[in-house]
Amino acid sequence: MSDAVFFAPMPDAPVPRKGSLMVQDARTRKRNAAEARFKAYGLGAIGVGLLALIILITSILGNGTSAFRQTEIMLNVELSEAKLDKSGTRDLEAMKKVTTITYGPLLAKGLEMAITEAGIEIEGLTSKDVSAMISKEAAAQLRDLVLADPSLIGQTIPITVLASGRIDGYYKGRVSLASAELDSNVTPAQLLLADALKDKGLLATTLNPAFLTAPDASDQRPEAAGLGVAILGSAYMMLVVLVLALPIGVAASIYLEEFAPKNRWTDLIEVNISNLAAVPSIVFGILGLAIFINFAGLRASAPIVGGLVLTLMTLPTIIISTRAALKSVPPSIRDAALGVGASKMQAVFHHVLPLAAPGILTGTIIGLAQALGETAPLLLIGMVAFVREYPAIYTEADGLFGEPSTALPVQVFNWTQRADPAFFERASGAIIVLLVFLLIMNAVAIILRRRFERRW
Amino acid sequence: MSPLIMLLLVIAIALLGYFTARGRAVRMVAGDTRRLASLPGFYGQNAAYSALIPAFAVFLVGSVLNRIALRSDGLGLWRDLITAYPGLVSLMALLASAAGLAIALFRTHPSFRSRVAAEGWVLSLLIVAASVAILTTVAIVFSMLFETVNFFRQYSWTEFLFGINWAPDFRGNSALGILPLLWGTLYISFVALLFAVPVGLFAAIYLSEYAGPKFRAVAKPMIEVLAGIPTIVYGLFALITVGPMIRDWLAQPLGLGSSGSSVLTAGLVMGVMLIPFVSSLSDDIINAVPQAMRDGSLALGATKSETIRQVVIPAALPGIVGAVLLATSRAIGETMIVVLGAGAAAARLNQGIGEMVNPFEAMTTVTVKIVSQLTGDTDFVAPETLVAFALGLTLFIITLGLNVLALYIVRKYREQYE
Repeated sequence: MSDAVFFAPMPDAPVPRKGSLMVQDARTRKRNAAEARFKAYGLGAIGVGLLALIILITSILGNGTSAFRQTEIMLNVELSEAKLDKSGTRDLEAMKKVTTITYGPLLAKGLEMAITEAGIEIEGLTSKDVSAMISKEAAAQLRDLVLADPSLIGQTIPITVLASGRIDGYYKGRVSLASAELDSNVTPAQLLLADALKDKGLLATTLNPAFLTAPDASDQRPEAAGLGVAILGSAYMMLVVLVLALPIGVAASIYLEEFAPKNRWTDLIEVNISNLAAVPSIVFGILGLAIFINFAGLRASAPIVGGLVLTLMTLPTIIISTRAALKSVPPSIRDAALGVGASKMQAVFHHVLPLAAPGILTGTIIGLAQALGETAPLLLIGMVAFVREYPAIYTEADGLFGEPSTALPVQVFNWTQRADPAFFERASGAIIVLLVFLLIMNAVAIILRRRFERRW
Repeated sequence: MSPLIMLLLVIAIALLGYFTARGRAVRMVAGDTRRLASLPGFYGQNAAYSALIPAFAVFLVGSVLNRIALRSDGLGLWRDLITAYPGLVSLMALLASAAGLAIALFRTHPSFRSRVAAEGWVLSLLIVAASVAILTTVAIVFSMLFETVNFFRQYSWTEFLFGINWAPDFRGNSALGILPLLWGTLYISFVALLFAVPVGLFAAIYLSEYAGPKFRAVAKPMIEVLAGIPTIVYGLFALITVGPMIRDWLAQPLGLGSSGSSVLTAGLVMGVMLIPFVSSLSDDIINAVPQAMRDGSLALGATKSETIRQVVIPAALPGIVGAVLLATSRAIGETMIVVLGAGAAAARLNQGIGEMVNPFEAMTTVTVKIVSQLTGDTDFVAPETLVAFALGLTLFIITLGLNVLALYIVRKYREQYE
């Protein structure tokens, strides 16, 4: 009987494996292929991320680096007394009445003289073409020069002026002879003339420090637009954020981490902080508009308003990192201080806080870097306005940081809204400046962390 | 009295208080400071805080009352008072300062535990600082609520919530339905997540499960750089690089559109922005799955990818859902990318489904319209301006809801393995 059972076919016995362990069967191959595919997807995803980063950076650098170079024309201009100071008294008030409209033709004449002296002959070149080679900004530059030093009148002085935006674009690849045919703002003859001037050394594309220092310029003169006001405005706002957000953030963190009892109120604060960190930035802009401008009556576009809004946005970041820094200080430090008779407050302020300082500082810098790049809320509080005056730190009428200003990221947005494509180059250049600032701040944060961080 | 003079005076009173109280305490014990309950400096500190803090509190409350009285009809008595005496608030602050100082000096006594009192003042400052977060939230809600109520007085709320047309006109007769904007917002966010979630998730899986420490040390920070780039940079990238590329290589050859700004442009670029967001959150969550679960699966003969797909991901799923919800909330609230990349024309919901879902069509979002209705010359009584506050409130409620839900899910999930 037992034999019969032994030999009876077993219904669900597995099919014995045939072949060798050294050779993979079809199923194993399939599973291994799936494994390799899955791994490749992962690597591909990282590749996509890195590729996006690289394309982004190269696109910005490729479009923007040319903003740091600018085409200039060197010419001699005759400052005739008959035109600039009819009275001959060198009276500043009288001379101020002479507008840039008078200075413009002087520059054009200077350029025409330079062309004849150099023996350049271009077919179809009109005198209007010649005067349009020079930026509209140059007349103002010459006027400022003369008003600063009236003794120049009557002399012939050498001056370096900006070339107009299209001529500049020709040397940066935006404008070509073919596109000039279709463009109402530039003629092919002008471009030929520019080449001829370049051969004679009268026209050159050089470094352009004014991009960092000059104020914004109007729609017609992209070649003169600079970031001076925007950088100043951003600096003021960062100062406000630092002065307000750091103490408030640190105080709030100390309370929550060291003193707060577990109750409804502290729970509410905690929930609020984590939610504020995720509120869309534009909502903070609405807050700034409604509370700081419409209710408190602060001036629109003022760095103080921007600074306050950015402070509120940065607080959660600073609080979260400060709390982490405080948490990382071991309790033995507090216990030791308490053991020799310090109060809790003394233990925290004399011992825990100094030990947590590097971490707090790092978090603060990262928070500031975030605030520096923030754009949307600043649009709503009017920082998108066209501002040419450098804002003062303090004025009697507007108070501390109360004068209208723009900010670095808002200036970028502002320039993207202009018609002339030369402003896209400016915007990309401004982004480079912004990214350099962010890079510096983050590098400082990393160095601080590496250098001062203590592991317990 | 101007606030600046008041400030200087209060500081002077505080300094005076510090030295008087300190000297008084020392004199009371005839120079033998061991008999004092606290170190002499604390008597001074207590006096200084007593002079400073009440003064500032009074000044702050008074200034806020001033603004309210000047801007609304309530508080008539207060308005009459401050118009008659413009320096009233500063004067009251000064009085509060003097009163605080007097009380502190009166309480100075060798047995008075001035350290406890001084630290009480400091603690009160800490509590005030911590409450700024709550104040901010309250301010956000109220700043939008008031104007939204004003808006709904002029424009029917059913029209706003269910209207399918967006056509503001400052001469009146505007159609201000939110649905076209909401559709644009959700569609662009959907495209962004369609790109960011698989990429971010696979990147997180690779980094946490496959990558060696060296590769991880390089790749993880590189991906996180994407999170540190300001959104205006992404916006410009969409405007001058991605937009024209999609238009020239995809939209025009396919004959589906001719606009540089489109749903796809904004969605893709926003997706890039969200990659590090999804990947670093998912990375944390995947790392939190206990190793024992992986070991068990591998011991049963599963391959690594089978372990990940059938054990790790299901275990981490709630957390990943939370991360995706957070990313969604980020995408819905994003402004600069859509301002520069998505265009300003509201979706036309009555032109058929093809028009609605064409990803090469320019489409606008809630955030874009908040910006466009509130920049430039604004008139705070016109419904066309006030609608921005209603849009802002809607946005705030949606993102808040998503955040709370996401945090709840993530927190609940974390507790599972702890």
